[in-house]
Amino acid sequence: MTPLLSVRDLRVSFALDEGLVRAVDGTSFDVMPGQVLGVVGESGCGKSVTMRAILQLIERPGRITSGEIRFRRRDGDNAVDIARLPPRGPEMRDIRGGEIALIPQEPMAAFSPVHTVGDQVIEAILLHGHRWQEGGRRLRRAEARDITVGLFRDVGISMPEQRIDAFSWQLSGGLRQRAMIAMALSCKPRLLIADEPTTAIDVTTQAQVLALLRDLQARYNTAIIFITHDLGVIAQMASYVVVMYLGRVMEQGPVDDIFHNPRHPYTKALLRSIPSLHGATRVALPVISGALPHPFNRPPGCPFHPRCPDAMARCAAAIPSLQPVAAHQLASCFLHHDQAEPA
Amino acid sequence: MNAPSTGTAAPPLLDVRGLQKYFPITRGLRQRVVAQVRAVDGVDFTISEGETLGLVGESGCGKTTASRCILRAIDPTGGAIVYRTRDGRTVDLAALSPAALRPLRAEIQMIFQDPFSSLNPRMTLLDNVGEPLLVNGMKNRRERAERVAELLRLVGLRPEFMHRFPHAFSGGQRQRIGIARALATSPRLVVADEPVSALDVSVQAQVLNLLLELQSRLKLTFLFVAHDLSVVRHICDRIAVMYVGQLVELAPTDAIFGRPQHPYTAALMRAVPVPDPRVRSSDGILGGEVPSPAAPPSGCYFHPRCRHAQERCRVEAPALREIAPDHMTRCHRAGEVAF
Amino acid sequence: MTTLDAGTVAEDRVAVASNWRLVWWRFRRHHLAMLSAVLLIGLYVVVLMPDFFATQDPERTDARQAFIPVQMVHLFDDGKLAPWVPAIAGKRNPVTLRMEWTTDKQRKVPIRFFAPGHRWRVLGLFETNLHLIAPADPTQRIFLLGSDRLGRDQWSRIMHGTQTSMTVGLVAVALSVILGVVLGGISGYVGGKTDQVIQRVIELLQSVPTIPIWLALSAALPRDWTPTEIFFAITVILSLVGWTTLGREVRGRFLALREEDFVLAARLAGCSQMRIILRHMVPTFLSHIIATSSLAIPVMIINETSLSFLGLGIRPPAISWGVLLQEAQNIQTLALAPWLLIPGLVVIVAVLAFNLVGDGLRDAADPYSQ
Repeated sequence: MTPLLSVRDLRVSFALDEGLVRAVDGTSFDVMPGQVLGVVGESGCGKSVTMRAILQLIERPGRITSGEIRFRRRDGDNAVDIARLPPRGPEMRDIRGGEIALIPQEPMAAFSPVHTVGDQVIEAILLHGHRWQEGGRRLRRAEARDITVGLFRDVGISMPEQRIDAFSWQLSGGLRQRAMIAMALSCKPRLLIADEPTTAIDVTTQAQVLALLRDLQARYNTAIIFITHDLGVIAQMASYVVVMYLGRVMEQGPVDDIFHNPRHPYTKALLRSIPSLHGATRVALPVISGALPHPFNRPPGCPFHPRCPDAMARCAAAIPSLQPVAAHQLASCFLHHDQAEPA
Repeated sequence: MNAPSTGTAAPPLLDVRGLQKYFPITRGLRQRVVAQVRAVDGVDFTISEGETLGLVGESGCGKTTASRCILRAIDPTGGAIVYRTRDGRTVDLAALSPAALRPLRAEIQMIFQDPFSSLNPRMTLLDNVGEPLLVNGMKNRRERAERVAELLRLVGLRPEFMHRFPHAFSGGQRQRIGIARALATSPRLVVADEPVSALDVSVQAQVLNLLLELQSRLKLTFLFVAHDLSVVRHICDRIAVMYVGQLVELAPTDAIFGRPQHPYTAALMRAVPVPDPRVRSSDGILGGEVPSPAAPPSGCYFHPRCRHAQERCRVEAPALREIAPDHMTRCHRAGEVAF
Repeated sequence: MTTLDAGTVAEDRVAVASNWRLVWWRFRRHHLAMLSAVLLIGLYVVVLMPDFFATQDPERTDARQAFIPVQMVHLFDDGKLAPWVPAIAGKRNPVTLRMEWTTDKQRKVPIRFFAPGHRWRVLGLFETNLHLIAPADPTQRIFLLGSDRLGRDQWSRIMHGTQTSMTVGLVAVALSVILGVVLGGISGYVGGKTDQVIQRVIELLQSVPTIPIWLALSAALPRDWTPTEIFFAITVILSLVGWTTLGREVRGRFLALREEDFVLAARLAGCSQMRIILRHMVPTFLSHIIATSSLAIPVMIINETSLSFLGLGIRPPAISWGVLLQEAQNIQTLALAPWLLIPGLVVIVAVLAFNLVGDGLRDAADPYSQ
């Protein structure tokens, strides 16, 4: 199967007054059609910046310095390299929103408070009208409104006919996130990027939204990139997992292998350090020593080596490249291979 | 069950009785009160010395408001907060004047959720951590610096850091600084308001371990306010679950996780995403939304979302009752059905 | 803690940097603001001792030397450092009977730096006759920026006008800051009825058009007051009307800060109200207040200039930029002596400099905002 999206050696840096921050430093992964890819990592691991790069939403002083983001478009056999497209050009505008949609972390900020949520979804549908209407006839507003009501019903909003005339601030956090998902679906995307979509909402609502996303994914077979710091959410949602740390992919593989047979010391330590609903209580948890390094102060060699229990002399000298370590699993760690990144 | 049972041993350190906090909703120029938001509506619990009580619930359930009332950061509308002081007196914190309260401040301290806003960015660690010491009478700067160094070592930071400003530290380190400040006056009761929820996963475990270690070393009593059930289960002896301003269940940790006696508690547990891809299920997901405490439903506040609800639940508000030893629940059907 | 062990010297420097040092580091990066700050420091040096910069007594009149054009300073004579200004030759136009001046580059009037001239007192303390620029022959007069209709030296008058106008700006803003911080602080911290009253007063003051208020207030000043008394009265009038914006800002900051976690932490630590306000709240918005004030000074300067220009502010014989511009009111004199507009240029430069510094400060004021 050919991947829908293929990111190769992506590098994004921010030239701040204090110095150069390499937010994404050689990230590679693939998204297959209809796959739910989970990207997990702590703050500063570059997961959100990678997604903004895929949508060409990197703002100055940030810049994509190298790498490829190959995306197979709906109509073409050949993939376009998003990293080479002008961010405000017509092709990028068509891809963004038209084929790749974003579900942001805070839907309150994503909706305009002066228009009803329905109007905003209708606007988006009219903009991408050709995806709903075969044969070139322009979509009428009334038709777009019907589609919106249908979408709202699909995402589990009760009384959709009334709710589409509500303003975003009149809706509860859960409903707002559902409306946001409806908005993202309005252009029939082939790739959905969900950036911590449940971080700002409560657990019972989170469970509802996760169930909804799983259900929609099964129904429309949309590929989803699901970004989160919550390992529980990843385990519940993803079929394939990318573990990131300080702008690099530490390990990637099928979700079952990542959780039951992790290879990279970072993944192992991360999984051990979370309290579970079943383990022993009131005992010291195994921890990852030290703190996340400051972005201006990246350690040389493998970014994880100062905190790694298995660090060797070589880890400080060279950066391990991402290599296959099992049938479907890749890791960047010298415990498993000798391949270093070319200096 | 290592939790001390109430009533038999020493009297509790803290005894909260019928705690209420209403916020008025006002309208118009004359600020006429048209309704009351019952953020905390008659909450009772006790905390024994050396124990950790978890206060759990979703946003808007009143857990933060209740904890702020105990700290007297806000003034409760009603109820009593009976506290046993270091010298053995019992006082009602809810009834004390600000002046009478001030000497007790040293005994009850707080750890904040956000490690970035809880430290004054314009003061060094020495001044941030040393301030409680200063205002509680330790005027000598050298003496204070020694105590701050000791506190920083206690929370796993190097004493040399005391002349640095908070901006030099990461989130996890700042949370340690906040803990050091809370411990400066050797408090007996520490209210921790979501102390790890703003931290990265790899740092969360460090801070949880630190809290456990400090508790056993300093004989601290914790009121641990949180929404993350796995964290609460890991650190607490007993757990109190709140829903729309009321306690719905209160029991020792093992009992509540072994056999929850309120459908809301059970739903909360099921909603926690299990970090194991082999355990995937959408069963028992709670529908609907948390009702507004300004206009709660009739009868049992939980009945519109409860799959076990009966006619009685719609009409009659259940009282908190003891369903098993030390296990309190606010549900008509507890004991009848398994949740 | 390995990462901190590996920390560089630069990082340690940042770690122990106080708020003010961080503000300074950020301000330093605004080159335009830095340049403006240097310029303003220069202007305030003039404020401290205008006579040192003046070439002659600003009140010295000579009807025979009216409307003399600008005499440019030349530093070199025949390749040697010997500063001079060209001499002025006057000829009466037989038709208009007006004096017409021409500069004669052949006749050079030598000048000296740090040379003796008329006597003046340093800060009113001791007497000296040292000046930055003076003609080599003390009996000569030079007009670096020309002269006005009474033959007074405009350069020297601008130096003295700078003293008045810049002081009015500074003092008026200082008074506004005191009023704004006290009333805004009470409003934000006490809240309730007090807050309501103060807010209504602010709204009232802001809704009344300012020019009529000034007109009324300054018209009410007794005619027999000395220029100094008028000067202070004008300053007070300006600040009475101008404190409202600052008052609002301070109130807003107080309201926001009351909810900050570190303020609650201080309360829980047992700090007194006074300590919380002075140690936690005021330092947090002090840098903002300074930035806002430096943006308010140019407004005050413009206000003073407009009032004086209209003849309602500072009145001759006191000198301010506005008083100087009064000379440029007449179109005829303007056509004849365009250099009388130079005080306007000075006002523009000073106001721009204040605005640039204010903007730079505002951006630098909160080093933790990133």
